[in-house]
Amino acid sequence: MTVVEERDLRTDVVVRLDAVAKRYGTGAGALLALDRVSMTVRKGEFVCLLGASGCGKSTLLSLIAGLDEISGGTLDIGDRRVSMMFQEAALFPWLSVAGNVELPMRLRGVGRSERRRRADELLDTVRLGGFADKRPHELSGGMRQRVALARALAQDADILLMDEPFGALDAMTRDILHDELERIWRERDLTVVFVTHNVREAVRLGDRVILLSSRPGRVIEDYPVAHPRPRRIDSPEVSGQAAEITDRLREEVARHAG
Amino acid sequence: MPADVKVPDAAADRVTGLDSLELGGSGGTSQLGRRVWRSTWPKLLAIAIALLVWQLVAVSGWKPSWVLPGPGPVFHDLGDLVTTADFWDGVRLTLIRAVSGFALAVLIGTVIGAAVASFAPLRAAIGSLITGLQTMPSIMWFPLAILLFQLGEKAILFVVVIGAAPSVANGLISGIDYVPRTWLRVGQVMGMRGIAKYRYLVLPASLPSFVSGLKQGWAFAWRSLMAGELLVIVPGAVSIGVRMQNARDLSDSGLVISYIIVVLVLGIVIDMLFKAADGALRKRWGLT
Repeated sequence: MTVVEERDLRTDVVVRLDAVAKRYGTGAGALLALDRVSMTVRKGEFVCLLGASGCGKSTLLSLIAGLDEISGGTLDIGDRRVSMMFQEAALFPWLSVAGNVELPMRLRGVGRSERRRRADELLDTVRLGGFADKRPHELSGGMRQRVALARALAQDADILLMDEPFGALDAMTRDILHDELERIWRERDLTVVFVTHNVREAVRLGDRVILLSSRPGRVIEDYPVAHPRPRRIDSPEVSGQAAEITDRLREEVARHAG
Repeated sequence: MPADVKVPDAAADRVTGLDSLELGGSGGTSQLGRRVWRSTWPKLLAIAIALLVWQLVAVSGWKPSWVLPGPGPVFHDLGDLVTTADFWDGVRLTLIRAVSGFALAVLIGTVIGAAVASFAPLRAAIGSLITGLQTMPSIMWFPLAILLFQLGEKAILFVVVIGAAPSVANGLISGIDYVPRTWLRVGQVMGMRGIAKYRYLVLPASLPSFVSGLKQGWAFAWRSLMAGELLVIVPGAVSIGVRMQNARDLSDSGLVISYIIVVLVLGIVIDMLFKAADGALRKRWGLT
């Protein structure tokens, strides 16, 4: 065990999954969602989990977040804290924009003025400085996701988990939010695990793209993405690698025919 | 490196530019006077039609005029009525009964609703009973209430509370049940547990449903109270119901109809208050 810990320290591993399995139900009707998933995430890394429907990528994220329990193997995030963003912004309508961002701090007992100051600073970070006193419904979808990002950052967590956070947005907004997320990830030295089914999005954002198979979810490939940042989703390098990964994904989907 | 300095600015412009495009120019608010008129004239028209029909029936000779007077004499009676201090004492008494009964119903309904929503065995035991109680016509409770509490304020209070509390409880229960799953997950990731989860998430999230429960509860309380005031006559307490009964005993149709109008107007006014509260909440939440 000591050996493992030493290695963790040296390589800064913050998430370690070893042969993780997740089953729903028991007996003959049990569904194996994840099968022997092993992967690691290092501090400051941007890791994208990519897969077709039924690959259990969202399940995997829920397991890391502690929202669900593993059925086998080991999952170790130490005493690190996680925050999470979902496809819906899921802002609370009874709170103002600033109130939503302050909520995680309120739960930790941060004082009122300190809360407000930090919320203002976080809203500036997501370029919503002038919207602190608005209500969530007064904002557009992309703006709401940025508030959700500010709220997630307000948790001061070690790991940011993102479950298809831009899936419901139009292409233009998504493109701009990729730039924003990349900027904030670099400025704040975040560790991100990002789930998506969009291959280009994964290559655009990730340091690594982990490709999962479907039913059950297994790691089939772990692609390093070495293109210089800031990247563009339509650059030849991103498109080229996305095409390569798409081919692999198609093979995987075809396996389920018949 | 000038190019490097320029990049963040361009990015910021793109973001704020897109924001302002997406928010768009919201349509200018129309004038207040116009809005008020637009929502008022259908109501005025409805009142005019009702009065016209009433007048036509009255002059048709279907019933003698001392049994069914037309709007003219009734409004004359009503005008006389509302200028007496005695009448306002009756209104005050009735409203105090209504508000205190309703308040007690809210208290009891909230406690029961919260308990049922949080403990599964309790829900299995009395969840459907609460819905059953809601369908009970409250007048059915009076014989029992009179046996339990005699002809007194408590009998009326009992029926008002038993009529209104189930709606309040049900409003809270469905509010708690239908807190969106994603909100609960967000709360869980934020580390909300136990009381904090209720205080910061579940209770505020169930507010709209709770408010419609209150609104419905009030309607039941008001109906139960009116039935109670006609059936349970407490010596010395000259409420609206008692006055109406007295008018009937004196065969004073004009006065009976006047009291009907009074009860109708009170009901409408209070309903408007609930609507305003509900509307303000929906607007704040962006539900409209």
